[in-house]
Amino acid sequence: MSAVVDEHDHHADDHHDHGPAKGLLRWVITTNHKDIGTLYLLFALAMFFVGGAMAMVIRAELFEPGLQFVDPAFFNSMTTMHALVMVFGAVMPAFVGLANWQIPLMIGAADMALPRMNNMSFWMLVAGVLLLASTLFMEGGAPNGGWTLYPPLVLQPITVGKALPFAIFSVHLLGISSIMGAINIIATIFNMRAPSMKMMDMPLFVWTWLITAFLLIAVMPVFAGAVTMLLTDKFFHTSFFNAAGGGDPVLYEHIFWFFGHPEVYIMILPTFGVASTIIPVFARKPLFGYASMVWATGSIAFLSFIVWAHHMFTVGLPLAGELYFMYATMIIAVPTGVKVFNWTATMWKGAMTFETPMLFSIAFVVLFTMGGFTGLMMSIAPADFQYHDTYFIVAHFHYTLVPASVFILMAAGYFWLPKWTGHMYNEKIGQLHFWISVVSVNVLFFPQHFLGLAGMPRRIPDYAVQFADWNMISSVGGFIFGASQLLFLYIVIDTIRGGTGEKVSDEVWEDAAKHSLEWTLPSPLPYHTWTTPPSVVPTEHVLDSH
Amino acid sequence: MNDFVGKKNLKLARTLLLVAVAMFGFGYALVPLYDVLCEWKWIERNRPDDIKKVPEVAYKVDMEREISVEFMTILNESTPMEFRAEKRQLKVHPGQYYTVNFYAENKSDKEMQARAIASFSPAVISSYFEKIECFCFSEQTFKPREAKTLPMRFVINPEIPEQYKTITLSYTFFDNTEKSVKK
Repeated sequence: MSAVVDEHDHHADDHHDHGPAKGLLRWVITTNHKDIGTLYLLFALAMFFVGGAMAMVIRAELFEPGLQFVDPAFFNSMTTMHALVMVFGAVMPAFVGLANWQIPLMIGAADMALPRMNNMSFWMLVAGVLLLASTLFMEGGAPNGGWTLYPPLVLQPITVGKALPFAIFSVHLLGISSIMGAINIIATIFNMRAPSMKMMDMPLFVWTWLITAFLLIAVMPVFAGAVTMLLTDKFFHTSFFNAAGGGDPVLYEHIFWFFGHPEVYIMILPTFGVASTIIPVFARKPLFGYASMVWATGSIAFLSFIVWAHHMFTVGLPLAGELYFMYATMIIAVPTGVKVFNWTATMWKGAMTFETPMLFSIAFVVLFTMGGFTGLMMSIAPADFQYHDTYFIVAHFHYTLVPASVFILMAAGYFWLPKWTGHMYNEKIGQLHFWISVVSVNVLFFPQHFLGLAGMPRRIPDYAVQFADWNMISSVGGFIFGASQLLFLYIVIDTIRGGTGEKVSDEVWEDAAKHSLEWTLPSPLPYHTWTTPPSVVPTEHVLDSH
Repeated sequence: MNDFVGKKNLKLARTLLLVAVAMFGFGYALVPLYDVLCEWKWIERNRPDDIKKVPEVAYKVDMEREISVEFMTILNESTPMEFRAEKRQLKVHPGQYYTVNFYAENKSDKEMQARAIASFSPAVISSYFEKIECFCFSEQTFKPREAKTLPMRFVINPEIPEQYKTITLSYTFFDNTEKSVKK
């Protein structure tokens, strides 16, 4: 059934519809969900290049055995900061940016539920990341004990320098920012939906973000608590993790990973949501198994709370613990498998076309599955003793983050930029960007599986000569992948400034309006949308389960 | 957005904020929870306070078996001490009592409170390693530049499973002068 949408909404030219404020101050004081979404996305893109530059330093140093460019302490700062910047500065804010743009559009809301808090979340994020970045210029350098900030290593003078308290306060700010963002998203989804949209009519992107927002509220405070304990252990003579005072460093690992495992799903669930949005449009079929997708997302979120110690199989867990966490972790493969099969079934016998967003989405399905399989390998506790802290784990989580989350963020950019700006991106350069990225990302990360299995430890600036060949190949892949992302930057800027000059239709993609509400609005999107909610919502995306 | 939705939003936001604050508290609640869970029978954790002082009882000495016990001494960079075992290794029979002396010296000009923390490898044998006397049972006070000989008397319970032939026992001395260690 196709959407019948109230035509009046397209021309909401009453006095409420004023445009943005003039001048640069608009971006500072804005409470408009589209403006804030843009700020989040541009900030995330900038941080993607900052974090990427750090990755280039790492790959340059690892190009050959021996120490060439940087000293080991700085190298360790780079691995630590690369992770923190990419997780908290790039991937998470990018998805919050997408949520800001898309959730109100997809559920027929005029704006986010709490627009002023929305503005505050963004600027607090900027403050947090700047505080983190400032540690790079401090005496003793940026934190270099790994992004997990394990004590006692991270508390030792040689590792912390002066940076630790700044890094911890930065984590506090980032945590508060994420929690405010999550509260806003939940309130928007619960209270601002178009009256005709039931929960099980919501696009899957909205569902995955709803569940992600609950994860954020549940675990970001726990992480804030853990780093606060680090802070008081270091400066206020508490002994949470100090063995001499009756504490236990392993306790930190338990608290950290109680946050850390849901955290990795915070970065992947919205990815699933975007993939479930894009694939049906280009397969020209409704999403296969909508209800099972919703339940699978919920199950994955629930399971994420009870598997944390699979990150710590080697700390000396009791046998019963090893077995429990091993089996619980393996169960996650079931709902994740449901999702992969549903995406495949959505494409099955579909009238597929392969525009850039679809290419990135298909690559996501294939390469994320590979990352999932290596995860399954590591869930086997006795085998994990071999893989633990080697390049195998590095390969695993980069497969689930780069050709998964990052590829889907690229796909989302190609998919929605024409709608947001009203301009078509350059499809030729988009395809070029895709093919270079998908080849180089595999050249970059696939050899790291071999390095890990051969025993190369992670977080080292120098290594035994037997690892030289694969490291060189990996670095070459890394340089090509890094450079090819400049194409994406070019396309984004070019599209904003007019793109191919081709005027895009309201739907942009063929029959997209059957799938989701935003395609029924004009292109480019007016500054204010859905000032009166739509009376009928498209339900194509849920057809298959009805 | 009308007033009704605005109120609903604020109410939901407040509730969610409370959840976030409660989860911050839950993070701290994990600390005692961790200790409680580790008391469970099936969780055998190697922790300093598990290693309790036991009375000296006569075991039947198993002269057939010989276990090699290695002693390691560790100092962090922030602990101004010299610390070593007088014997690095000892061949012992399960059931027989032995005394090993450790040498510790305060290299600073300040009085120092220090605490030695034990760690076993493999961790599971800690319940068979019975200490009758140990400097690790309590905090040690060192006067400026004071040197001490610290005894440790132990027995390995003859019930220790067959497969353990080498045990490593390491002690780390922590400078606790500035930390409150009231338990």
